[in-house]
Amino acid sequence: MGLLNLFSKPEPALLGLPSGSFTLDRSGRIVIATLPSSFPNALVLEIGRQVMNTLRNAQAAQLRLAELVVYYPALKITARELSGGAIVFLSTQNLAGPVKPN
Amino acid sequence: METRHKILLIDDDPDLLDVYRDILGRLPSQPIIRTATSGARALAMLETEPVSLLICDLKMPKMDGLQVLSIVRRKYPELRTVVLTGVADEQFRSRVYSLGVDLFWQKPGSEEETKMLLDCLESLLGRESEPGFRGVQSKSLMDLVQLECISQSSSVLRITNGPLTGLIWINNGDLIDAETDALRGEEAFHKILAWRAGNFESLPAEPDRPRTIFKSYNAVLLESAQALDELRQIGTTSPALPGETPSAQASRLGALLQVEGIEFVLTAKTGEKDKFESRGLEDPARLAAWSRQSLENFRALGERLQAGPVEQVICLGPQRHVALAQQGDSELSVGWRHSLSAEMVRDRMKKVLALWAS
Repeated sequence: MGLLNLFSKPEPALLGLPSGSFTLDRSGRIVIATLPSSFPNALVLEIGRQVMNTLRNAQAAQLRLAELVVYYPALKITARELSGGAIVFLSTQNLAGPVKPN
Repeated sequence: METRHKILLIDDDPDLLDVYRDILGRLPSQPIIRTATSGARALAMLETEPVSLLICDLKMPKMDGLQVLSIVRRKYPELRTVVLTGVADEQFRSRVYSLGVDLFWQKPGSEEETKMLLDCLESLLGRESEPGFRGVQSKSLMDLVQLECISQSSSVLRITNGPLTGLIWINNGDLIDAETDALRGEEAFHKILAWRAGNFESLPAEPDRPRTIFKSYNAVLLESAQALDELRQIGTTSPALPGETPSAQASRLGALLQVEGIEFVLTAKTGEKDKFESRGLEDPARLAAWSRQSLENFRALGERLQAGPVEQVICLGPQRHVALAQQGDSELSVGWRHSLSAEMVRDRMKKVLALWAS
């Protein structure tokens, strides 16, 4: 038990990945979001920026895209083109499959 | 010459580091223990001193364990990594494993748990990093088949390489048959032997299996070895010009086009701008530039989010779908028929990636 006490200490928080969605207008501003407030706004904007860039730059490569799905081991990003903006869904994944949002 | 393993321990609590040092001092291999109280310090140490194993806490100020590990996995992919943490959250356990960490362990609370941790660490230190087939480390498939035949065994070898499965039948030391996908006999055998790694298991013999391979096992193995050598030579002596498709690469790209639903394939080496090869595209340059940039952007985003390496980017369009993924040092961009769903494209891409890897 002494060992147990030695291992306990106050620790800084880790960044959790969210499940939810947000909508961007054509200038990349967030119109509405259902993501937890603990998730940094800067990261939401960064996700939105990359999604919008990919959809827009595809046109230069003569690709017409309507939807984008990005798979990470811990997160799935689904983005749909929406009148020049986009609606983006985030869902966390684990090794056993997708995780239900709280 | 120093042959002892080195372990680098990272935790922001110096007292805990002292405790860990004492515990790790009980490892039978008596490794050298280095410590760092921050991720930045640990990364600087790794630059100057190679270590065999890195043990990292998750919750640390400034640079947390996930950030440290994502950098370490990218810069030192061969380095064995362990997370030792008080965090019990399943999401973080998953994210740690998705980064490719070897072991996620909650900080031991009893002598028994400490002993189990030490056993695992000792096993990790002893494990070789060479490629090979799980269960028989550092052995190529060729070695395994040869061992079975020399020992006059009868068995069915089942080899899995991602979504690909191959079977090799051996009866009384004779190579009888092989099968993978739609291939059978010698052709299937050569295909399976080209796989560099995977899982291997020995199933009970099937003595009634009809024979399709009539050459001696030595002759078939020799042919496989020669074919592999030729492929390697082509790969090393014929650098591709921008957009040009050299012969070995051409046959690999051509093989991918056989997968149902594929309309085009484009591949480029990571970090080599303006070099790509393609099949089924009239003007691949623009697509190559977009694919590279998109993959790079989502790789960087994955690192920022600590969500792990990007697995696939599936782009759905009204005319065709495009899937982007990385396999080893190759970046692949594959065009798919628009009638396929995102999930179907994802599943078929896994097969494409396994084919490309083999």
